[in-house]
Amino acid sequence: MKRRTLLATAALGLGLAFGGAANAQGMDKVKACFVYVGPIGDLGWTYQHHQGALELVETYGDKVEIAWQENVPEGADAERVLTQMALSGCNIIFTTSFGFMDATNTVAGKFPDIKFEHATGYKRDHANVSTYNARFYEGRAIQGHIAGKMTKTNKIGYIASFPIPEVIMGINSYFLHARKVNPDVELSVVWAFTWFDPAKEADAAKALIDQGVDVIASHTDSTAPLAEAAKTNGAVIGFGQASDMADYKPSPRVSSIIDNWAPYYVKRVGELLDGTYAQTDSWAGIPEGEVEIGEITDAVPADVKAEAEAMRDAIAAGTYHPFTGPINKQDGTPWLAEGQVAPDGDLLGMTFFIEGITGDIPQ
Amino acid sequence: MVRLEKRPSPSAFWQWATPILAVLLTMVAGGIMFALLGKDPIAAMRTIFWDPLFNAQFASYSRPQLLVKAGPLILIAIGLSLGFRAGIWNIGAEGQYIMGAIAGAAVGLYFFPAENRLIFPLMVVAGALGGWAWAMIPAILKTRFNTNEILVSLLLVYVAQNILASMAVGAMRNPDGGGFPGSRNLSQYPSAANLELIPGTGMHWGVIAAFMAVIAAYILLQRHILGFQIKLAGQAPRAARFAGVNPTRLVVLCMGISGALAGLAGLFEVAGPAGQISIDFNVGYGFTAIIVAFLGRLNPIGILLAGLLMALTYIGGELAQFMLGLPAAAIQAFQGMLLFFLLAVDLLTNYRVRLGAKREVA
Amino acid sequence: MFGGIDPALLIAALIVASVPIILAAIGELVVERAGVLNLGVEGMMIMGAVCGFITAVSTGSAFLGFVGGALGGAVLSLVFGVLTQFLLANQVATGLALTLFGLGLSSLIGQSYVGIKPPLTDAVPLGPFADIPFFGRVLFSHDWVVYLSVASVAAVWWVLRATRMGLILRAVGESHDAAHALGYKVRRIRMLAILFGGAMAGLGGAYISLVRVPQWTDGITAGAGWIALAIVVFASWRPWRALVGAYLFGGITVLQLNLQAAGSRIPVEYLSSAPYLITILVLVIMSSGRGKAALNAPASLGQNFHASR
Repeated sequence: MKRRTLLATAALGLGLAFGGAANAQGMDKVKACFVYVGPIGDLGWTYQHHQGALELVETYGDKVEIAWQENVPEGADAERVLTQMALSGCNIIFTTSFGFMDATNTVAGKFPDIKFEHATGYKRDHANVSTYNARFYEGRAIQGHIAGKMTKTNKIGYIASFPIPEVIMGINSYFLHARKVNPDVELSVVWAFTWFDPAKEADAAKALIDQGVDVIASHTDSTAPLAEAAKTNGAVIGFGQASDMADYKPSPRVSSIIDNWAPYYVKRVGELLDGTYAQTDSWAGIPEGEVEIGEITDAVPADVKAEAEAMRDAIAAGTYHPFTGPINKQDGTPWLAEGQVAPDGDLLGMTFFIEGITGDIPQ
Repeated sequence: MVRLEKRPSPSAFWQWATPILAVLLTMVAGGIMFALLGKDPIAAMRTIFWDPLFNAQFASYSRPQLLVKAGPLILIAIGLSLGFRAGIWNIGAEGQYIMGAIAGAAVGLYFFPAENRLIFPLMVVAGALGGWAWAMIPAILKTRFNTNEILVSLLLVYVAQNILASMAVGAMRNPDGGGFPGSRNLSQYPSAANLELIPGTGMHWGVIAAFMAVIAAYILLQRHILGFQIKLAGQAPRAARFAGVNPTRLVVLCMGISGALAGLAGLFEVAGPAGQISIDFNVGYGFTAIIVAFLGRLNPIGILLAGLLMALTYIGGELAQFMLGLPAAAIQAFQGMLLFFLLAVDLLTNYRVRLGAKREVA
Repeated sequence: MFGGIDPALLIAALIVASVPIILAAIGELVVERAGVLNLGVEGMMIMGAVCGFITAVSTGSAFLGFVGGALGGAVLSLVFGVLTQFLLANQVATGLALTLFGLGLSSLIGQSYVGIKPPLTDAVPLGPFADIPFFGRVLFSHDWVVYLSVASVAAVWWVLRATRMGLILRAVGESHDAAHALGYKVRRIRMLAILFGGAMAGLGGAYISLVRVPQWTDGITAGAGWIALAIVVFASWRPWRALVGAYLFGGITVLQLNLQAAGSRIPVEYLSSAPYLITILVLVIMSSGRGKAALNAPASLGQNFHASR
């Protein structure tokens, strides 16, 4: 972890020295290109990135041209798509899935004049590669609070995709804040081993409901879990994931986490236009507007809603960090001491559950 | 009345003319679709079929990429074609491709970071063995228990995918990757990397293996007794049995060869272009190769050409997407159309189309 | 091990989960019994899913949605039928191309329907039956498509076994040359079977987009068509076995998720492969036992028919 931070800092320094100087004069027109892992019609991950891309045109008009490619498989194909984009005259290329990490860095090495921005990764092998991510766990904390207050059965559920730090972080944050307001709460995690399989997600939600779970959060991208919850006539609630999923208001969708990439995209392209662009490693969240909490509906009692909103505002103001000690790991060993805030490195490499969660992380 | 009359032997002219006719028909039908979507159809056709080969801006890069994309398709399709000729249905090449990649990558990762010339050859052997072993499951169940190989090989694809996901987040996860899924990048590990052999050509060991497989399959089918047995078993199973063809042996051989070649394709991909074991490592080559095998009429040379054509539509399709803003779905539908037309006009090779009523044969 | 899992809820869930696969599988079963191998089930299902969804949203009627879904699947299967029956194209390749085409086309026409909620399909009101303990929950609390799926299995079984139509269909599938010599219209019969298969796959797809999930997104069928194909083979081309196979597969899928939700200690990576492995295992046991000969596929499966006389 330490080595990585060190490298990142060194690379950042280089980026400032060379990249910054080279771009100081700015540009008249920017061609921004986007590589998507899914279809823009997935109403989840890729859809939200595309909304951010469209916002660029909205903001800068003629000064920005966008191009994109959907359904790009991770691996060999990504490298080719990126190279072709670079050859076609893109000035900045956003690669929006973790699996594009190595391809992004390889191609960036061949095109030092083009800026590359990789979402959710950690490698910045070249001065023209930046990384960005969002602190979704901040939103999970608010969901956890609502879940802990709202559950009547004291059983809450989480439909997880793959056992990776991003997902584990979310589960921990969700459980931590549910337990904080409800010491009796138990968490059931179902690993779907897919990012997107609506039928399986519906089955997973059904399995949780059949087990007596009455609040479901999901880390997979479809609305299927909400639709399943909707069949219970209000007995089970859930949250929108990635996009607002407003169709399921006011219940079962009582709130949502919205991935809002627009502020970041607008900022970065703007910097390229005015010549202030420099390499970064951005991990923004609620304060920057990258993670938005969708409207908390009236299905949530007013006092709970007020508490949840207060937590959101505290996170936005920087006065509250969702992972503030004391927190122990699942096996009881201490992780964070009283008042200690989780270092970003610990979060990004999180491979353990916190104390109180039963069940194992699949290996 | 339109009527079909079977030719005594396939028409040599139409054998070459049908693919061209199919491409032309696809251009017309696809052009209409693109026009309906509000895009310039001529520009779209030029981007898909012409630019990857001859555009000054891209071609020097994308032309070699054709080989990179076609390599695994051809390698897998050659293996499958042998079984398909003999009436043995291996639908699960995708799973064998995954298992070959996992087995090969395991060898490479085991030796990391030692540098030795023997590591890559060892990985190649492991890759072939991995694919072979995965194909042996349906083969043995078929020969021992008469279990249908379509079902077993297909379902094992899903099992292989689960193993892949588990490897990517578990046993093979990069220890220096900060808990993120995915193995070390083999293409950055010199002893295990399957790199371009001559810069700028796209030729890597997998492409060479594909060409070798084409030649070997050609010789096998034309000159070797096994090739004769395969053809006989497919065309006249009963005659084959009288001729002393052992069906069990044939199943084990055909499944084994197709599994090993699919495994090899997986290994070359994981050590080269893809670079690492990741959750979404497989991208459907195993299924696309089935189409390639049949488009090539199960003939090695045909498969070579069909593989290149498929690769062209993939790469041209990618260009069309971001140059013209065509949706990925339109490209997918366009590829489907091309396949339909290729399959449809193939009729002209084997049949004459006659108009009017049938003449009485005296 | 099963602590906390209510069998009534589990069985009710597996019945619902299996509906798309049963519908598609029973359609494909008829197609294959007629001697045609259509590997494009996934493509027809997703066309059914998108057409059904669009119809339901624009008419406001879930029932019409299912009709639209069946039509969508049937229209796509028509492409397959024309190619394989009239232009004598290779069936395996055409079927795979159909899947590719269907996935692309569905995404194109569904673009403006992403994120809309379709009209609901309610459970059939069976009054007092639904209140019977256990059986009420398991058998009498479903929507009409669930009952249709079982009824279609029964109907196909009866037609294949006891009617002249079924006899002709089987004759065509076993030996198209003989059937042709007897004066049956091989091509017409196969076309009808293909259309039926397309319509059933379309229905199955519509069930996913209208009931199971209910929404439209790209790639919503997520491989259900492939499972349906596997189930037909699993069933040795017999209708009731297809039902058993689909329930077995759906049952294990639901059970493994329930086991996870109930906090079972069995590692997830084994659980998630269980539906596939157990299906293979059961087929091995079935096929190694007696009655081996009965397991064979229709003799003309996958071969094209051209009347030379």
